[in-house]
Amino acid sequence: MAQMRTYTRTRTSRTTRIALAAVTASALALTAAACSSDSKKNDSKGSSPSASASASASGSAGGLQLPDLHGQKLEVAAVWTGPEQQNFQRVLDEFDKRTGAKSTYVPTGDSQSTFLGTKIAGGAPPDVAFLAQNGVLHQFADKGWLKPLGAPAQAQLTANFSPGWQQLGAWKGKQYGVYAKVSNKSLIWYNAKAFENAGATEPKTWADFLKTAETVYESGTAPVSVGGADGWTLTDWFENIYLSQAGPAKYDALAQHKIKWTDPSVTQALTTLGQLFTKQNLLAGGTKGALAADFPKSVTQVFTGSNPAAMVYEADFVSAFVSANTKAKVGTDAKVFPFPAVGSGKPPVVSGGDVAVALKDSPGAQALLTFIASTDAARIWAQGGGYVSPNKSLDFSAYPDDVQRSIAQALIASGDDFRFDMSDQAPAAFGGTKGEGEWKDLQDFLAKPQDVKGAQAALESDAAKAYGN
Amino acid sequence: MTDASLPGAAGGGAAGAAPDLPRPGLPRPRGTAARARSVVRTRPWLAVLFLLPALVLLGALVAYPIGYTVWRSLYDANGSGFVGLKNFGTVFSDHGILTAVRNNAIWVAVAPTVATALGLVFAVLTERVRWGTAFKLVVFMPMAISMLAAGIIFRLVYDQDPSRGVANAVVVAVHDTFSSSAAYPGARPRPDSDLKPTAGGSYTSSSAAAMGRPNDLPLVGIPQNKLPGGAGQARPAPPRPDKVTGTVWLDFRPGGTGKPGVIDPGEKALSGVKVQAIKGGKVIASATSGKDGTYALPAKAAGAQLRLPSSNFAGKYNGIDWLGPSLITPSIIAGYVWMWAGFAMVLIAAGLAGVPRELLEQARVDGAGEWQVFRRITVPLLAPVLVVVMVTLMINVLKVFDLVYIIAPGQTQNDANVLALQLYLSSFGGGNDQGVGSAIGVILLLLVLPVMIFNIRRLRREGRR
Repeated sequence: MAQMRTYTRTRTSRTTRIALAAVTASALALTAAACSSDSKKNDSKGSSPSASASASASGSAGGLQLPDLHGQKLEVAAVWTGPEQQNFQRVLDEFDKRTGAKSTYVPTGDSQSTFLGTKIAGGAPPDVAFLAQNGVLHQFADKGWLKPLGAPAQAQLTANFSPGWQQLGAWKGKQYGVYAKVSNKSLIWYNAKAFENAGATEPKTWADFLKTAETVYESGTAPVSVGGADGWTLTDWFENIYLSQAGPAKYDALAQHKIKWTDPSVTQALTTLGQLFTKQNLLAGGTKGALAADFPKSVTQVFTGSNPAAMVYEADFVSAFVSANTKAKVGTDAKVFPFPAVGSGKPPVVSGGDVAVALKDSPGAQALLTFIASTDAARIWAQGGGYVSPNKSLDFSAYPDDVQRSIAQALIASGDDFRFDMSDQAPAAFGGTKGEGEWKDLQDFLAKPQDVKGAQAALESDAAKAYGN
Repeated sequence: MTDASLPGAAGGGAAGAAPDLPRPGLPRPRGTAARARSVVRTRPWLAVLFLLPALVLLGALVAYPIGYTVWRSLYDANGSGFVGLKNFGTVFSDHGILTAVRNNAIWVAVAPTVATALGLVFAVLTERVRWGTAFKLVVFMPMAISMLAAGIIFRLVYDQDPSRGVANAVVVAVHDTFSSSAAYPGARPRPDSDLKPTAGGSYTSSSAAAMGRPNDLPLVGIPQNKLPGGAGQARPAPPRPDKVTGTVWLDFRPGGTGKPGVIDPGEKALSGVKVQAIKGGKVIASATSGKDGTYALPAKAAGAQLRLPSSNFAGKYNGIDWLGPSLITPSIIAGYVWMWAGFAMVLIAAGLAGVPRELLEQARVDGAGEWQVFRRITVPLLAPVLVVVMVTLMINVLKVFDLVYIIAPGQTQNDANVLALQLYLSSFGGGNDQGVGSAIGVILLLLVLPVMIFNIRRLRREGRR
């Protein structure tokens, strides 16, 4: 499923998880069928309005001009599968229609840099690839594998994207990529019925959040579901608290390991996180339950069962997962509020995303990047759902439902105050490997949340090893 | 069996590589040896020609990778700087890798032995059963599954949640048959109420109980749908002159509309809750709340503190932590045995078919019991087969990877670590230090080597016989 891919794409252990999910979710085949029929419906409905919309858009904006590429073949590689792939396929189809090119989509599987690395080494790279990790962009750029954006693509990028997103796609002064598909990782999803039963309201601050959790607990509902079996959910918890509490400057410094994990700001953030983790009552299933729940389970136990938990933290892709694997309806049964502000800080906006880069110096690759950076592409993409664009020219009405729209609004409203997922910026050994580095250390912290100092020492020694400083 | 054939082939290759050396170990009839030598002497190019395909293949697929791994293990992560034996130093100083070595030792000692023993038992028993073939088929079936699939299956079997993991479902079912769980697991007072948590999971009031007024004990944290059937509206306890009275109730109304500490309409009584009166650390009286939540303690409880003992709230039994740090390796080994006992059984059964019936009959006629026949006749006769099975499994176990990689959750992956997994993790799992990875590969080779040599020698001896 698409969401399976989304939340595991930069991780090393997803084969297991995907396969596990395939075995466990008996409804998978059914939901997959539902997904595909859905998108087909959307497809047939969406194609004619999008065509007319594009005509008017290219007329009004005037900026988007695509070359004639009849007879040219393009290969595009990304990690998406399932509904996400079908969604993107519609963007590609539109591109083919406008330029006459023939583009094919190749799923890379999850070991993306390995997949692309072998393709490049073999002399047959795809024209355009979507990289899931920011660090991979830097690595590839350093090796000279990426081609900088041409002028038309650059023009679209400058017109439609805030400087923060532009810079993320740049490295050493050159613009290589377009962050066309992103995710908002600062969301807490909740079971509306559980909140209603408890008389709880959406909290705005961390203190409120803990109080809400207590209220929910009093109603007899397990308040917070934590997917601690997957280390990356814990890094995301930490990142949100740290960004809000310590501020963007410290966040950047820690992401680059310019300050140590033994820094007092980390102590403070872990202590704050410990306010939740130390309270057995507030975690669904207690500490043991949290450690045993992987991401899919952490979501399903909030929206299924006779006595579901109330809240689960994770990114916008939860919505796709909820619709595919539970009966809950996003927007009515499953609602969402932004991650609360911690201390005196602003509410955090942590994001992740896929960056489109050209691996070949072909006109087709540049034209596709130009199209991807355009509002027309974003509109077609958004209609399918499960997609958030940082394109600020995109009208919010393009999103199919209120939840998706509010997520996108929060992301755009944050301007350049958002921060990219810290663990995705870190070397993979620290921020992206099952059973190692930050993942493992935060799992140990979840198991023993009183030991803040011990957790910091472990984090620092692993970080030092991985960053090599 | 590929493992067993590989060393054999390698051995053959080594023999073929030096065909004209005298091989005193091979007792061939003199004439044949002489002729073979003469062919090599007279037309060496012919010998080389025939050997060439095998040599090229073995060289490219076996000898070169081994040589390259050894060479690579002497270089750093980038493969550019020569570091000598530093990678081996890293291997033996890294805590995680030492765990892997220890776990490998456990694997080699336990897994082949248990699998062979089980296979032997199955083979001997199925020989007597009418449906033996069907049984053998079932036991052998796991062999048809890939290690990856088996890993996924066992990941589910060991799932902590009894409603998902069959292992814990059984454990919990057995446990719950023999001990009943508490009436209100997870219940507790509000944090700001008069009841404070005390030792062992009980809650004790900070103020003293008194007669003539209600000594109410509000609790929260129980789902409405988990209340015992027929739980009724809580009632305030009527004050009685000679008793300490009060109500135990669920101080929560859907929607959070109730007032804390007040018995609002719609708030349910908690029946069957034990209330103790404590004076000077001793229980002086105890009572149980009734259907409407009220309880009454005798007059001597006045002035005492009220305690709700932990037996009211003991959490549900959650089963065994199969994938926790202490049990993870045994759990995975059990999964391995499930797969490979069938393999052992089939080989041993084949061996068993070759055991002369007369010997068994003779022993029985001589008055030996079944156990004696098994111990003194069957097992010794099967010894060569048992050794083959053990050795094959040992080689297989030394390189176990898939099961561990898949079954162990991230948090306990380090506790379940084995060398082959560490090799992969060091080389490709984020750190990308193929120098250290190669060093582990070399160590693994050195560990497999004695078993291989033993195997080859045994094969030779057998050939001579």
